[in-house]
Amino acid sequence: MTSRLRDSAALEALRARVLEARKGFTHRVTVSSGTCGQAKGSGKLVSALRSAVRELGLEGRVSVTASGCHGFCDIEPVVLVGPLGVVYQRVDAGRARDILVETVQNGKVLDDLLYTDPRTGAKAAGTDGIPFYKAQRRVLTGANELVDPESVEDYLALGGYRGMAKALLTMKPEAVIAEVTQARLRGRGGAGFPTGRKWEFCRSSPGAVKYVVCNADEGDPGAYMDRSLLEGNPHSVIEGMVIGAFAIGASEGIVYVRNEYPMAVRNAGKAIARARELGLLGKDILGSGFDFDLRIFKGAGAFVCGEETSLMASIEGVRASPRQRPPFPAVKGLWGKPTNINNVETWANVPLILDRGADWFSGLGTEKSGGTKIFALVGKINNTGLVEVPMGLSLRQIVQDVGGGIKDGRPLKAVQTGGPSGGCIPASMLDIKVDYDTLAQAGSIMGSGGMIVVDDTTCMVDLANYFLHFTQEESCGKCVPCRLGTRQMAGILSRITKGLGEEDDIEKLESLAAAVKAGSLCGLGQTASNPVLTTIRHFRSEYEAHIREKRCPALVCKALLRFTIAADKCIACGLCRKACPVDAIAGKPKTPHVIAQEICVRCGACFEVCPPKAQAVVKSSGEAAGVRK
Amino acid sequence: MANEEVTLEGLGPERRELIAALHEAQDREGYVSAGTVLRIARHLRVTETEVYSVLTFYKAFTLKPHGRHCVTACVGTACHVRGVSRVVDELSRTLGVAPGETTLDGEYTLETVNCLGCCAIGPVVVVDGEYHGQVTPQSAPGLVKAGEAKP
Repeated sequence: MTSRLRDSAALEALRARVLEARKGFTHRVTVSSGTCGQAKGSGKLVSALRSAVRELGLEGRVSVTASGCHGFCDIEPVVLVGPLGVVYQRVDAGRARDILVETVQNGKVLDDLLYTDPRTGAKAAGTDGIPFYKAQRRVLTGANELVDPESVEDYLALGGYRGMAKALLTMKPEAVIAEVTQARLRGRGGAGFPTGRKWEFCRSSPGAVKYVVCNADEGDPGAYMDRSLLEGNPHSVIEGMVIGAFAIGASEGIVYVRNEYPMAVRNAGKAIARARELGLLGKDILGSGFDFDLRIFKGAGAFVCGEETSLMASIEGVRASPRQRPPFPAVKGLWGKPTNINNVETWANVPLILDRGADWFSGLGTEKSGGTKIFALVGKINNTGLVEVPMGLSLRQIVQDVGGGIKDGRPLKAVQTGGPSGGCIPASMLDIKVDYDTLAQAGSIMGSGGMIVVDDTTCMVDLANYFLHFTQEESCGKCVPCRLGTRQMAGILSRITKGLGEEDDIEKLESLAAAVKAGSLCGLGQTASNPVLTTIRHFRSEYEAHIREKRCPALVCKALLRFTIAADKCIACGLCRKACPVDAIAGKPKTPHVIAQEICVRCGACFEVCPPKAQAVVKSSGEAAGVRK
Repeated sequence: MANEEVTLEGLGPERRELIAALHEAQDREGYVSAGTVLRIARHLRVTETEVYSVLTFYKAFTLKPHGRHCVTACVGTACHVRGVSRVVDELSRTLGVAPGETTLDGEYTLETVNCLGCCAIGPVVVVDGEYHGQVTPQSAPGLVKAGEAKP
């Protein structure tokens, strides 16, 4: 155990020792072991690799690292063999010995474990050959591949805590703020407020006690980049927070982590304890005279806590309701003291800016916004995962080049950005450049970076209904327009999806949307209408089909569906009859089966089990198909 | 989730510890009992009403005991567009309870959660802390039956 590092020479000496100790290792095998990786068996794989290393006598020469998420969640568990740069995908624990014997010892690439580009059929040995990685600029997420979240040594080997040492020992707080401002870093939590300015406000607020907070309450369903960063590289967040606290003049920090992310809570906690042992947190950090300590606060499952004033209320131990701003947290925050809140991704960018310089960082982005942005590309997309790209790339590039297009070759319908607070961008607007300002012009928001890709089998009314039920449930209830307005909107949308829509429902939704937007204190209410307004704007005909024809064009809304069996196609296999939960299907061997419509609950089980060669169960919708109100 | 003693150890007598105290109670008891609410209130010097007010606001805390096994379906956006509602229907039908309820024998609690952040492998169902990805309406009942085999 290394003792406290008293100055920058001690830090550099430790770094040199870490690098020296690694020279004996010829190979490094890394397994992507984030939450997704573990769900796909990375734990067994790591154990298998470690025991194979022992059996083969490779200890001291080959290291096995369980790292955070590598981003390409679709092909987990992923194994990276360094320094060869070979990437293996969907690796079963049974292949551990093969990898060590063939690839590590004999230098042979195992063809059957390589990634195959579904569009060209070409196999790729390294990340360069995989389109998903090729179009990215993995400044933040790339470190996840090289770091064991429990090893501060791994982080030091990458140059960790160098930016912090530079700031604390060689710069004035004002100069740190100037650097971050010049880098054009903007808040990655969604609103995109310039980080340097935010820090400046808090620094200039009077008060001896100030706080910094990391917002890791990533509640937007469908976004998980903050989980990945905090889980995979917690020291980068800690380092960023120390730098920010130094710039602002804060002596205490809190990491507010979502309760639903157990691994992030655990890894961040261990990293904080280790940083404290090394004196990278605590009194007189690296002999700079600056004191700062961090603790973790575990959230309790409330989406509204992503909003900064609610988050502070939650830390204070009360119900998480927002309050009027101004006064902004920079003036009057936690327990009435000046407080600066940034999200995980924002904090993780800070060490890089200090270490590599503002010019390098701003060079990565657009005129108004420096750096990269991580998006969670999910839904009906081929390459699901976390995608880090420079600001200003087009949505088409992200969906087609990085995402590899739509699943099963279906047509793209829309991309929902910004989660429940965002809106949908229809396929026709795919060339839009992705940054804070252009997305806002299109009626959506960048948000934390969730990108949900939907195809023609997604019903836009159902999606709007989903989001409004979400916000209605998550509304804290403080502002009447939000509490009641979202409920009314959710009710109308529910009715429409059930075929009970009325002619003026669209106008009612629009007028409620305006009221909720105008009459809510916080972002939750102010943006709750976005999914409704954008789907009405771009997919009005779908609303009208539901209301007027009682038809769901995407064949999603249960109440508007009808399942029938085509007698000429039915092979009387009986699968549907067995699958039906309500015994609505009658049929005997060699006799075409029939669905009793008055019993059918339209669950779709028969449709799912009907053999592909028969395709006898037909799903249809609308009055023409016999659906009545 | 045995009914272990809620110690409130290491928690100062301040209101700011309320959520941490509730987490401890929920983790140890599997819910927050009326007796624990009273102890927390006394320890933190707040009223019982205040404890209930915070407890009922947050989703992580419950006033009713959980079943021995916890089945949680993620209903985040990515899982939603990939058809998790059918999976929830099947789990509901297999267990004979609606989401949020516990089976009469106290074996299973079925729950939904807004997002677990493993959107790539959705629809996701977690059974007693173990994550299962790409769950289908056909495979879902098997997860519950497999869970029965555990002690």
